[in-house]
Amino acid sequence: MKRLRSLTTNVLPPLLFFALVVCAWQAAVSLLGIEPFLLPGPLLVTQAIADNLPRLLSATLLTAIGAILGFVLSFAFGFLVALLFSQSRLIERSLYPYAIFLQTMPIVAIAPLIILWIGYGLQGVVAVSFIIALFPVIANTTDGLTRVDPHILDFFALNKANRWQVLFKLRVPGAVPQMLVGARISSGLSVIGAIVGEFFAGYGTKDFGLGYLIILTNGQAKTDYLFACILFCTLLGLGLFTTVGSLSNFLLRRWTGATE
Amino acid sequence: MDSQLVVAAELNKYFPSGVQALCDLNLEISRGQFVSIVGPSGCGKSTFLRLVASLDAPTSGELRVEGHDPLGLAFVFQDATLLPWRSVAHNVTLPLELRHEDATERVAQTLELVGLTDFADAYPAQLSGGMRMRVSIARALVTRPQILLLDEPFGALDEITRQRLNEELLRLWQEDHWTSLFVTHNVSEAVFLSQRVLVMSARPGRILADIPIPFPYPRSAYLRSAPEFIRIANGISRQLAHADDS
Repeated sequence: MKRLRSLTTNVLPPLLFFALVVCAWQAAVSLLGIEPFLLPGPLLVTQAIADNLPRLLSATLLTAIGAILGFVLSFAFGFLVALLFSQSRLIERSLYPYAIFLQTMPIVAIAPLIILWIGYGLQGVVAVSFIIALFPVIANTTDGLTRVDPHILDFFALNKANRWQVLFKLRVPGAVPQMLVGARISSGLSVIGAIVGEFFAGYGTKDFGLGYLIILTNGQAKTDYLFACILFCTLLGLGLFTTVGSLSNFLLRRWTGATE
Repeated sequence: MDSQLVVAAELNKYFPSGVQALCDLNLEISRGQFVSIVGPSGCGKSTFLRLVASLDAPTSGELRVEGHDPLGLAFVFQDATLLPWRSVAHNVTLPLELRHEDATERVAQTLELVGLTDFADAYPAQLSGGMRMRVSIARALVTRPQILLLDEPFGALDEITRQRLNEELLRLWQEDHWTSLFVTHNVSEAVFLSQRVLVMSARPGRILADIPIPFPYPRSAYLRSAPEFIRIANGISRQLAHADDS
C-alpha cells in the first residue's frame, strides 16, 4: 500500500510530464513540417529503434563493457591513490595538484593522444573512461579517509592502536559513505568517457559501441537513428548510476539504521 | 603508602596559540573516589582530562597518574563516538580487539551490566541518544579501567534521560569503584554523583573550591529534592557565577 502510494507520488508525475513532452514534440514536428533529418518526431525515432534494435543492443553492450571496466579500474586505482594520500601529507600535497590537473584537462582534447598511445579498440575506450572517472574517486575517498572525528582518534590512541589498526578499523570503513559518493559520480562519468573514447577509438567495422554509432549515423544524416543512439546512451548512464546508487544504499543501511 | 591516584602540582598548560588553558593547578584524587569538575565553558576542564589521559602534555608542572599505564584508563566523550558500521556488541568489543585481548565473555557481561543484552546486534543509528551513551559507557568499562574520565557525557541528553543515566552510572560505580573524574557544567548532576566537586575558574583554569558532598551511597533519585542537596547545589552555583566574572 505504502509502496503503491510512493509509486503514484514519485513515478507518476515525471511519466506524465514525459508523455506530455512527447506529444508536444510529435505535434510540433507534424504541424510545423520540420524536416526529419533536422528533428525527427518520436514516431520516427521509435521506428528507428525497432528497425535497428539488435545493432543498438550490441552497441550498448559494448559501450557498457568499456564504461564498467573504466569505472572499476578508476575505483580501484583511485582508492589506492587516496590510501597513499591519507598516509602522508607530503605525498598528498605533492601529487594532489596533478590529480586536479587531470580533472581540468578537457578529455575530448587528450582522447586522440590516449588512443595514439594505448591503441584502438577496447583498451583505448577503457583508458579514456578510466581517466575521466578517476578524480571524483580520489577526491572523495581522500576526504573520507582524512576527515575522522578527533575524539574517535583519541579513543584509538588511548587503546594503543597502531597505524594499521587506525587505517583498517577506522579510516577505511569510516570513508565508505564518501567513497560511495565518489563512485556515484564516477559511474555517470565513466559512460561519458566510454562514448568519447569510442568517438576516437572506434572498434573496426563489425563491432562498435554507441559512440561510434553516433558518428556513423550523424555522418549518414540518419537523425532518427542518431536520436535512438542518444536515448540508449542515456539509458545506459542511468542504468549504471542507479545500480551504483542502490548498491550504496544497501551498503550504507547500517549507517542509516534501515533494518536488514 | 600513597593512595592518591592522580596528583597534579603547579600544572600549567599553554596551547600553541599562546592561550593559557590551565594555571598553577593543584589537586589530588584518591583511589576509588568519584570527583566532578564544574566550571564555565572553555575553562580548561576538558584540557585537564586530556592531560590525565596523556592525550596531551602539560607545559609545566607535575602530573602523576599512578601506574602511569594509559591502558588502565578509559575515556567517555561528549558524543557517544560509536562506529556506525559496527553493531553494539562489536563497538563494545573494539577496545579489547585493539589490545588483542580476549573479548567474548567480558563483552557479554558488560552488555548485561548496562542492560543492553537485547540490543547487542543493533546498530548505533537504530538507538536513541541515551542508549548510544550507555553503549559508550559499556565500551569504556569493558576494559575494567582503574580511572574513568568522563567529559560532559550526558550534556546532549534531555533532563529525564540524564537523571536516569546518572543513577545508572552510580550503580555501576558502586559495583566496581573505579576512580571517576567527571567533567560537567550541570551543578545538580555533579552534586548528585560525586563525593567531591571541584569548581574551576574561567580561563586560565584554576581550582577555586573543593567541596565535599556528604551524602552516603547508594543515593536515590529523591536526594535531588532534599533541602541539604539544594543548599549545596546553590552554593556551588553561586561560586560558579563568581568564577565567570573573575
